[in-house]
Amino acid sequence: MSDSERGTGDAGLQGPAPDERPHPEGRRNRHGERIESVTDAEQDPRTGVVSALVEHEPGVLAKVSGLFSRRQFNIESLTVGPTTVDGHARITLVVEETDSGIEQVKKQVEKLVPVIAVGELGDDAVQAELVLLKVRGEEPDKVHAITQMYEGQTLDAGPRTITVQITGDQQKIDDAVDAFRQFGIIEIARTGQTALARGDTPTTPGESPAASAESTADTETTANTTIATDDD
Amino acid sequence: MSESAPPRFEDGEETEPVNGDPITGDADSAAKTTRTGAQSVVAALERAGAETLFGVQGGAIMPVYDALYDSDLRHVTMAHEQSAAHAADAYGIVSGTPGVCLATSGPGATNLTTGIADADMDSDPMVALTGQVPTDFVGSDAFQETDTTGLTAPITKTNYFAQRADTVGDTVGEAFALAGEGRPGPTLVDLPKDVTNAETDAEPKDATTPDTYDPQTEADDEEVRAAARTLERAKKPVILAGGGVVKGEASEQLRAFAREYGIPVASSMPAVGAFPEDDDLALEMVGMHGTGYANMATTHCDVLFAVGCRFDDRLTGGVDTFAPEAEVVHADIDPAEISKNVHADVPLVGDAGTVISQVGDEMERAPDCDEWRDQCQQWKDEYPMDYRTPDDEPLKPQFVVEALDEATDDDAIVTTGVGQHQMWAVQYWTYTEPRTWVSSHGLGTMGYGLPAAIGAKMAAPDREVVSFEGDGSFLMTIQELAVAVRENLDITVAVLNNEYIGMVRQWQDAFFDGRRAASDYDWCPEFDKLAEAFGAEGFAVSDYDEVTSTVESAMAYDGPSVVDFRIDPAENVYPMVPSGGANGQFALSEDQL
Ligand SMILES: Cc1ncc(C[n+]2csc(CCOP(=O)(O)OP(=O)(O)O)c2C)c(N)n1
Repeated sequence: MSDSERGTGDAGLQGPAPDERPHPEGRRNRHGERIESVTDAEQDPRTGVVSALVEHEPGVLAKVSGLFSRRQFNIESLTVGPTTVDGHARITLVVEETDSGIEQVKKQVEKLVPVIAVGELGDDAVQAELVLLKVRGEEPDKVHAITQMYEGQTLDAGPRTITVQITGDQQKIDDAVDAFRQFGIIEIARTGQTALARGDTPTTPGESPAASAESTADTETTANTTIATDDD
Repeated sequence: MSESAPPRFEDGEETEPVNGDPITGDADSAAKTTRTGAQSVVAALERAGAETLFGVQGGAIMPVYDALYDSDLRHVTMAHEQSAAHAADAYGIVSGTPGVCLATSGPGATNLTTGIADADMDSDPMVALTGQVPTDFVGSDAFQETDTTGLTAPITKTNYFAQRADTVGDTVGEAFALAGEGRPGPTLVDLPKDVTNAETDAEPKDATTPDTYDPQTEADDEEVRAAARTLERAKKPVILAGGGVVKGEASEQLRAFAREYGIPVASSMPAVGAFPEDDDLALEMVGMHGTGYANMATTHCDVLFAVGCRFDDRLTGGVDTFAPEAEVVHADIDPAEISKNVHADVPLVGDAGTVISQVGDEMERAPDCDEWRDQCQQWKDEYPMDYRTPDDEPLKPQFVVEALDEATDDDAIVTTGVGQHQMWAVQYWTYTEPRTWVSSHGLGTMGYGLPAAIGAKMAAPDREVVSFEGDGSFLMTIQELAVAVRENLDITVAVLNNEYIGMVRQWQDAFFDGRRAASDYDWCPEFDKLAEAFGAEGFAVSDYDEVTSTVESAMAYDGPSVVDFRIDPAENVYPMVPSGGANGQFALSEDQL
């Protein structure tokens, strides 16, 4: 606009009304992608396993979990524990999101200052979860048999309750939980999945497997999301 | 700590200056030079290049103020911590280096949060320092304790809880470096009183960002080639400049690129001024209250080259209809912005100026878009920004904005509150330089204008500063007039007084059947008299005839002046895209909504 066109006295805003204007045919879906038809408008959610290597400092878990609630990402589980490198921790996140959503999760986590690197693991990743199950102790032999079937361990056996531990991938844990139901499950604690890339592939970009060989640190441990072990 | 402050030794004794020079200790005895954590904080700020601080005193931050007492850093005491944060924010926008604000723990810190959130949404470089109760008391609900790092985690680029006096200086330095680097933003350091009081012999190091922070400045060559080819074959290209162009000092590159390749330029609100609005290629602001021609052009373009913009919903309208046929080339220094709201066909991660130059160098020819430029010009003619000024009607706000624009230089700085007045200030002032438009975009914070004017004036004492205020916005931080008077800041506050919180009333009339719940502000004080009570100069204007002469008097007054412009209470902001609507469907009047 040039000054001469302004405030001409009685003109006001002019121009063709909304329905007299040309309109483009195209559309975008809610992810902002151009779409040909409504049929390709939606993406289906999938499960993504994201591994974040972070500086092991106070507040880092709060920053990551806060990010998830603030940005409304669907989080299935979050595990955290130290790595082979002193001062580093690994956070493993399982999320249920569309492809674009998982991309955003990765980028937003990566953006946090204490985060060193973020990687998404493929289907072939080594994944495991730990569950503790406390069941009624009336049929110890049967409980023992099922525990063995799932390669679990009995951690506590008393006259009234038996507590067992099972580890394995998510499917195995789900199956085991189902199998124990017949005894009456009193309490259950699941850690959520943790995962590493298979073979030589680093779990997060730039992570060097060689560095791990020199280290003396313990194997990765997991903590439940609600137990913010590393928080201030 | 200024150069001349006597350094303190471990035993707490101060040494006597000899020959006017501070004794720095007998080298042989290798006595350690100790300082308090607070002195480290101040030393780190000085070393990082801070010059001006805005804040309010208080118990938990007292050690830092005590250290400032001996420092050359300039401190501006504000009337309210919210204003300290806004002033620091505006200081950062105008100067390009992080503004610093300080507050005590608890209420001081919570009062800062609005300003921090504002800076976060607009990616403005800012450092906030907050006092905290002593470490041993943290978590006990001690007097004036709040979980400041917890509160501000979602509204800072990052924040720190200072753990030790030995490291607090480095932490402050890192916070300062981080605030300004890559995509700028606010950082915060929470300073427990025991840490700032404790002694340390650690010398703060040069301010650097942490190793984990390494923004990519140059876009990948392959993507640059893809961007160049996409732009070359465009028939209807538009450049969409975002705030990143201003933050990244890329205004020159943008101008050169657009002119060389003849591509029209639309702008997001934070980018206003990056491209001169009087240029033939300028389409000005796009979005909810953008120009008709910017909205037509972005809606119909076939290639959109977005630089440093985050596709806010006020800009895109409904995403489904935003540039629906355009291939999007998106450059941003923050990878998380790429494809966040609008999918990028060609992603370019990098610094705005660098990426524009990279794409420019790679282009082999200009796009063939003469027809498109003609079309854009036709839209400019069809949808001119204009308003009615019948003699028998009250003063129109647009006229006031134009009058102040005429009375000031090209590099005058405009700050605003939030509401209709903000939109008129952006629509009817012709911005030609970056860092002349200082407003609250992403958060939309009423009360931003006056403290921002103070921050802007501190950053650029030689430039004219005009703050456009609504009556509602002005009332929110009006107490800062006392600060402007105390500092004798030559700023002009233009209140576009409609006795309503006008933007709300506009929406009530349009979308709530005219039920004007709680939007009537006819109880506002007489701002000219209030200005005088504060010690500023006050004027009131209700006629067209008085506008020019009053503006002259206000501008001529050496110190803060307030002009209460009694404008037409019925005036509304148009064009308007209803929220979530299609930009191309902007309404030119209420009956088109
Ligand atoms: C702190 C804050 N509270 C509430 C709002 C909601 N709001 C947006 S615009 C507006 C009206 C602003 O009124 P005024 O400052 O008088 O300006 P006008 O629209 O009349 O020009 C309000 C209440 C806001 N943006 N910020």
